[in-house]
Amino acid sequence: MRKIKEFLAFYLLRLATIIISFGLFLILFFIFKNGIKAISLEFLTKPPIEAMTKGGIFPAIVGTFYLTLGALIVAFPLGVGAAIYLSEYARGGKVVHIIRIGINNLAGVPSVVFGLFGLAMFVVLFGFGSSILSGSLTLGLLILPVIIQTTEEALKTVSQSYREASFALGATKWQTIFKVVLPAAFPGVLTGAILGISRAAGETAPIMFTAAAFYTPGLPHSIFDEVMALPYHIYVLATAGTHIEETRPIQYGTALVLISLVLFFNAGAIFFRTRLRRRLGR
Amino acid sequence: MLQNDDNYITILSHLCNETVTKDIDNKIMRIKEAIVKGIFLLLALSSILALAFIVIFLFKEGIPIFKNVSLNAFLFGKEWYPTDEPPAFGISSLIIGSLLVTFLSSLIAVPLGVFSAIYISELARPFIKEILKPVIELLAALPSVVIGFFGMVVIAPFLQRTFDIPTGLNAFNAALMLALMSIPTITSISEDALHSVPLELREASLALGATHWETIYHVVLPAALSGIGTAIILGMARALGETMVVLMVAGGAAWIPESIFDPVRPMPAAIAAEMGEAPVKSQHYHALFAIGLVLFFFVLIFNFIAYYITQRYKKAGEAL
Repeated sequence: MRKIKEFLAFYLLRLATIIISFGLFLILFFIFKNGIKAISLEFLTKPPIEAMTKGGIFPAIVGTFYLTLGALIVAFPLGVGAAIYLSEYARGGKVVHIIRIGINNLAGVPSVVFGLFGLAMFVVLFGFGSSILSGSLTLGLLILPVIIQTTEEALKTVSQSYREASFALGATKWQTIFKVVLPAAFPGVLTGAILGISRAAGETAPIMFTAAAFYTPGLPHSIFDEVMALPYHIYVLATAGTHIEETRPIQYGTALVLISLVLFFNAGAIFFRTRLRRRLGR
Repeated sequence: MLQNDDNYITILSHLCNETVTKDIDNKIMRIKEAIVKGIFLLLALSSILALAFIVIFLFKEGIPIFKNVSLNAFLFGKEWYPTDEPPAFGISSLIIGSLLVTFLSSLIAVPLGVFSAIYISELARPFIKEILKPVIELLAALPSVVIGFFGMVVIAPFLQRTFDIPTGLNAFNAALMLALMSIPTITSISEDALHSVPLELREASLALGATHWETIYHVVLPAALSGIGTAIILGMARALGETMVVLMVAGGAAWIPESIFDPVRPMPAAIAAEMGEAPVKSQHYHALFAIGLVLFFFVLIFNFIAYYITQRYKKAGEAL
């Protein structure tokens, strides 16, 4: 009887895991199967034509690249610096406690609220308009918690004896951090950056009112220009306009490009992290 | 003798000088280090600052709507006709829409998420674990717009045919897609909680003759319960704040649903769909910011519940 109960329970646990994996598989399968037909060299390197019903998605790829790069430029120094403080300098206490609450809550802020904030502060108040700059700043704040958390974890895995050895040789704290701790934690820091990139590339709601354009005639010339972006392109083609059914292949194709990009970055992050863990013998 | 004394004094003064310059060197170094530390502290405060600015701007742009509508009428009013003349700004149908899809999605995501966490932590062989963990991570990494797109083009027609309903874009479909998005959160945090239950507890239970399942159910699960609670709350917070999925899949009707197959317009969907058309600083614009404020507070409450549970869990862990 007890064995039967156990068998049933384990069966259920296994089933739940299979359902989840199946869900992921299903999404990837559908996007890949329908998207691969749309992919061609032209699709990746040409702008859309004929009211976006034909042609490629090159401007959207470029836009997503700029936005993501911009977000990283904003978030990487802030995030790594914050992580260094939390891991190397802070010794508990009220300030650290408040900082941690801040990071956790920032991570929980809904993406559309980031969009509202970006609109009110960067677009309207600072007068940057809907632009690469506004979008990058908004996305940068969005990925800040990811970078802080991953980097801090990486710094914590650096053995204490490294730091002690460096101090014993007469190095100052700053020298120790810069020349010993950071290089040792480098794969982990890189993981944080990669995860941030992947997150920023896939977000739609924060750029809807801060950066993304339905269609731009050419490529952006400055950081004050609006851009097309892959996630927004999918959303717009799938929900707005008069050619929703007609552009279905382009939608699938764009989704496939976006997914490939994100999965590529995440696979990279997983790879770096496993290597780091293996090296640390964990 | 005199010469010797002189020598002695020069040597002494040399030594003194050296300690003085060393002192100054030390001081400069210490000041340098203090400055460096200060810079890092400033960087660490950036996320607090960002959070503060978000709150300030939500209030600044959201509050003006209450010149036109009372807080009560805003929160509990049933009519959301922001572009009519005169406009109506009651968001109760949007709040109900949000709560409905979040609740429905948790009915799906909680069992699946927690069960899979138990499987990964307690049953899976190392080899299978190595496969499953990236699967969960990749699911978490899928852009929400892609999941929304999948819900629109694959799940919606399927639901429409299967249940013979007027539209597949409804609360149920949104809940399904939201479940997919909150499962990774629930699974990974639950798994961490289960993983941190000490091995001794399991061994003691098995030594007393309990089966593997009895050990999991009566020993491991209770010990990890608060961690799992945190996981569930954070998963629900993710579903509540998720935008693209509800924007694309929930149907978008701003009325109070009567069945789970009715279309709804959750708060994030309303903001995302309408902000593009609302002129800056118009009543509609301010109303959308006020919705953002309400949404922010809902998520904040969820986060604080999660935080509270973790704090208690920490204390229980110390007592162990």
